[in-house]
Amino acid sequence: MIDQSASAIRAQHFGAWYVTEHKIRAMRGYAGTVVATAIGTPFLYLFAFGVGLATLITQNVGPVAGVTYIEFVAPALLASAAVLVAMEEYTFGILLGLKWNPTFVAMNATPITGRQIVDGIMIFIGIRMVITTTIYFFVMVLFGAVPSGWGVLTIVAGMLGGFAFAPIAAYSATILEDRGQFAILQRTIVLPLTLFSGTVFPLTQLPLYLQWIGWLSPLWHASELGRQFVYGPTEPIWLTVVHVLYLVGLGMLGWQLTVRNVTRRLNK
Amino acid sequence: MSRLGSYTVPDSVISATALTKKYKDFVAVDGISFEVAPGESFGLLGPNGAGKSTTMRMVGAVSTRTSGDLTILGRDPNNFGPSIRSQLGVVPQADNLDTELRVRDNLLVYGRYFGLPRWQVAKRADELLEFAQLTEKAKAKVDDLSGGMKRRLTIARALINDPRILLLDEPTTGLDPQARHILWDRLFRLKEQGTTLVLTTHYMDEAEQLCDRLVVVDKGRIMAEGAPAALIREHSSREVLEVRFGSERNATAADELAGIGDRLEVLPDRILIYAQSGEEALVEVTRRGLEPITSLVRRSSLEDVFLRLTGRSLIE
Repeated sequence: MIDQSASAIRAQHFGAWYVTEHKIRAMRGYAGTVVATAIGTPFLYLFAFGVGLATLITQNVGPVAGVTYIEFVAPALLASAAVLVAMEEYTFGILLGLKWNPTFVAMNATPITGRQIVDGIMIFIGIRMVITTTIYFFVMVLFGAVPSGWGVLTIVAGMLGGFAFAPIAAYSATILEDRGQFAILQRTIVLPLTLFSGTVFPLTQLPLYLQWIGWLSPLWHASELGRQFVYGPTEPIWLTVVHVLYLVGLGMLGWQLTVRNVTRRLNK
Repeated sequence: MSRLGSYTVPDSVISATALTKKYKDFVAVDGISFEVAPGESFGLLGPNGAGKSTTMRMVGAVSTRTSGDLTILGRDPNNFGPSIRSQLGVVPQADNLDTELRVRDNLLVYGRYFGLPRWQVAKRADELLEFAQLTEKAKAKVDDLSGGMKRRLTIARALINDPRILLLDEPTTGLDPQARHILWDRLFRLKEQGTTLVLTTHYMDEAEQLCDRLVVVDKGRIMAEGAPAALIREHSSREVLEVRFGSERNATAADELAGIGDRLEVLPDRILIYAQSGEEALVEVTRRGLEPITSLVRRSSLEDVFLRLTGRSLIE
């Protein structure tokens, strides 16, 4: 005999974790790909930029002397990797659950609420980002790209960068018909942001009328924040605080909007 | 409600009064009222778009009603959604099994959503795989299952929390006859065990097989309510004679058939003659010199009730 009132109370408290548990179990099917990508990507990028491209770059790297190009570029590459992982879940992950294989609808038929579904997905994305960024960090160490002892915090900076893209999840939750919106999103927002966010060269190298793109870009804030930990400080403390507040604020906003949109969509 | 000592015991597990759901200008459910008793097998019969699924989502405590009253297991879903849902089993119209998970894993993750401990979920999962005749498929991928197996897995999943009410939205739509009969057999067992079943269907044979009582719904309204046999008695004759004269002669033949049986229904391809005795009606048809291409005498069914009430067929 099942005690439904007791179980309902447990579901009320731990519902989000059950959603995370479900997603992890589903990930087992493609865990090999996830880990291989998480290990392979940093090697490829750090070789290409940090070793290859670096041979051409000897000046104007950072605001302080003595910073090598690989030290400059690595925190930004780590943040980009976190953003990439998060974006995959914010877009395809959300629409998969709401439309293509509507598991969110199935979850919502149980005591689980729309908020718990979104919370569980966010925790899962956090776990995916931890795996990716931690591996990235160790490869950075391997490449000698982490001079400071605080460097390990670049993992947090990268994760905040991924988290700050959460408004994309809120948008995905409103998509009724798939007409290639995600490809458009990739080309018109993510790619330009990557190019103009001071990722592979300092933002200050851009003309002033393009620099605002960087100031708005979570990727720039996350990269700069990571750099402070890896070889900083190179900027006033208030700016570092702004990075954190901007990333956390955008992330929280996106999270709440996603809860609202998913809840609305499930209650039709 | 009835009083038992100091407790108030609800007589019905579901009680809907003037239940309404509107989407902007479209009224999907237009003030329907019904009650479902514990252990009863209750059906909503109607064509596609009648508002059955919308009603089921409101009863499933996932869709907020626009107006009216609704009580599930003595509670209002507007305020107690999760706690009501903890006691329901839901089989949705469209399969939403997780195709990234294996068969048994689908039951395991779903059971956890009810806050059940892992050992209990695992035990239930194995029992339910047995019940759904899927034990051998426990490790299979969901996409490799047939349509009937997927439905059975969805029903097994809905039973993981030992629900007090099982909601089934079009449980056998899209299945071949053999798969339907296997499913009916499983549902019949649940009914025998005393599970309250609420199901929607547009198949009259399904409604007649599984429902103790049903409502006929059309365009968001209830057209009739009762046990299948009583509805047929009330709204139709005992037998029906179906005659075909070919599409060109159909309409003119109808004039010549006037007066035979209780009532005539002229459909594009055939004429239905409602009568106490179909054989006697056929004798009268031939006595009038009419020679139908084919003729068929059958019992009245819920299809006839629906036709009578709405002027339309259930499956169009």
